Amino acid sequence: MTRPPVVAFEGVDCGYPTGGLALSRFTLSINPAEVVVLVGRSGAGKSTILKLVNRMVLPRSGSVRVEGRDTREWDAVPLRRRIGYVLQDIGLFPHMTIEENVGLVPRLERWPADRIRTRARELLELVGLPPDVFASRRPAELSGGQRQRVGVARALAVDPPVLLMDEPFGALDPVTRVELQREFVRIQRQLKTTVLLVTHDMAEAFALATRIGVVDAGALVVCDAPAAVASSEDSRVKVLLDTVSPSPAIGGAL
Amino acid sequence: MIALLQFWRAHAAELARLGAQHVVLVGVSTATAALFGIPAGIMACHRPRLGRPLLWLANVAQTVPSLALFGFLLPLPFIGGIGPRTALVALTIYAFLPIVRTTVGGLQGLDRSVVEAGMAMGMTARQLLFLVELPLAMPSIVAGLRVATVIGVGTATIAAAIGAGGLGEYIFRGLSMVDTTTILAGAIPAAALALAADGGLAWLEHRLRHRGGGIGGPAIIAILAVAVIAFAGRSSMIGASRSVVVVGSKNFTEQVILGELLARAIEDEGLPVVRKLNLGGTFICDTALRAGDLDLYVEYTGTAATAVFHQDVTHDPTAALRQVRELYARVGVSVLEPLGFDNTFAILVRAPDARRLGLRSIADLSRVAAGWTPGFGYEFLERADGYTGLSRAYGLRFGGPPRAMDLSLIYKALADGQVDVIAGDATSAHIDALNLLPLDDTLRYFPPYDAVPVVRTAALLAHPEIGRAMARLAGRITDETMRAMNRAVDVEHGDPRDVAERALARLR
Repeated sequence: MTRPPVVAFEGVDCGYPTGGLALSRFTLSINPAEVVVLVGRSGAGKSTILKLVNRMVLPRSGSVRVEGRDTREWDAVPLRRRIGYVLQDIGLFPHMTIEENVGLVPRLERWPADRIRTRARELLELVGLPPDVFASRRPAELSGGQRQRVGVARALAVDPPVLLMDEPFGALDPVTRVELQREFVRIQRQLKTTVLLVTHDMAEAFALATRIGVVDAGALVVCDAPAAVASSEDSRVKVLLDTVSPSPAIGGAL
Repeated sequence: MIALLQFWRAHAAELARLGAQHVVLVGVSTATAALFGIPAGIMACHRPRLGRPLLWLANVAQTVPSLALFGFLLPLPFIGGIGPRTALVALTIYAFLPIVRTTVGGLQGLDRSVVEAGMAMGMTARQLLFLVELPLAMPSIVAGLRVATVIGVGTATIAAAIGAGGLGEYIFRGLSMVDTTTILAGAIPAAALALAADGGLAWLEHRLRHRGGGIGGPAIIAILAVAVIAFAGRSSMIGASRSVVVVGSKNFTEQVILGELLARAIEDEGLPVVRKLNLGGTFICDTALRAGDLDLYVEYTGTAATAVFHQDVTHDPTAALRQVRELYARVGVSVLEPLGFDNTFAILVRAPDARRLGLRSIADLSRVAAGWTPGFGYEFLERADGYTGLSRAYGLRFGGPPRAMDLSLIYKALADGQVDVIAGDATSAHIDALNLLPLDDTLRYFPPYDAVPVVRTAALLAHPEIGRAMARLAGRITDETMRAMNRAVDVEHGDPRDVAERALARLR
């Protein structure tokens, strides 16, 4: 690795507003074009990790660096505009059309109108939503899967160096989920975006990740290539692996 | 119904003027409330420390009864005084709460993930507010405007009590004349106005909910535009300077006729007059006079002593006039010569009964009281100088307990034989119309209520025409003249302006 990491966590402690510790001594570096998937149970501190990157949360101690610069030194607004963010409940703006949703960050960045329009249509094309059909619709007129595609398109609008994804496919039915995961892999390979994704679904991690990190009680248990994680003997990892192959018989069939 | 249509046709121009005043009152006050209320709601939401006391204050203001709020505002400098200004302030205060409330509710009810998405996309607080929060809260805010507007249309009818105009003028005029047609002539357009405003805003709200916030920006601009226009209109409404005489009156028929009479007499002297008739009672007239918003109106000596100055009243008319003159002189108001009639309490019986039984004075009642049932208004029954004092002074013992009833019904009740004797108004139109007879108060139990013009001394000095005009009226209006004029309006439904004009023509 000659290039510096895009995102680097260094011994981060981070507290909940209520006082408890969400993360302790969390260290992780994410290299360009990598897809790091963090897996863990609900409440393991996964969402907090993402919010540390775009400065929605500041660490209590330790440091988070984005493109080599501490988030404390970043101004929140330009930092966030360089980071795509996809949430489980998407958060599309219901009062805007699909095209307006996708073109929002370019609009905040004061791109000229025609460039925004071209970019929005290009992105809709990329996520498999024909712009002629979808551009002028509103979020309420779309299915869950279509909305999540819009969410991804919106996050990619200004070609951000980093994409944060918080259980992006969690609310979808299994068929749509797999379909979107495949699309995502295709898009990521095409754009070479650096991705930090959190999920509680181990199967999703195996489908998407170049590296899988297992988070338990605010600490990183392991972070390695999928094959290495699959053969881990750590009990906290094995619990999660069991969810992918619940019984040896089915595991063998896979 | 036909009477109502005729009334509207006859008063078309006035109806249009009052309707327009009503729209301006409600429009300006609601827009002003929105101009301050929406930002206040946003602040209350983002800074609860500041917001909570603000909401509390708005809540308290809302609980003050509207007439009381008008009353409180009247004597205040800058915002007070009779006329549209006070009304606008009061209406704005009333519109404030629903707007602040729904703004807060709309912002707090937003989907958190949408707000979080906005923040995560790098929106500044301002961008988040204008691009996301306000457009999404807009339907709720419009719902608040809707409530505020409908409340405003209703409350604005009360603004007529302090001379702000609007459709309430017909309602108050009708109430004082006990004339349903006139009440409805104001109430129906007011109700229609409320429904129209509610319908229009409901439509806007529906559009906002279903078409989304493409309209959010324009809606905010529209609200601001209305507010700006309204402010311009407002300042032009109150900007007019006063080089004229302002004549006022309280809100019952006799007062309105007298107000017209005074106004016309002064106009005869070549001085322009502004009429602020139908003001909501003694307190409002007196406050306005002392604040310089009114130059003159007709007061009654007994009322002035008791209600205005809270003094015991002398029963000798000359002494009472002297007493009232001195009291008024201390506050810069001159009491001119009495007009001639005494609007005191009158003990009334049916004229045929009086003839048959030879009743001439209240004292004569003691002969027949044992078999009679009296009927009195609530106030007369309550007051120590009412029924209790009267029966003691004249040694009256009635057969049945007195029936309590509203003053507007009492004359009819006597004529219909439901009661046999009542305490009424010495100048009531119904005395002649229903063939009733006032009994002489030989013991002078009732204090004198001589009608006197009360004038701001400053205005009297500045405009000697006022003094000349009032001198022409002094002593010329007898009890019979006043009763006939009241009857022409209350019973025969004449226009107070015509009645006053005819009376003045006879005096010229």
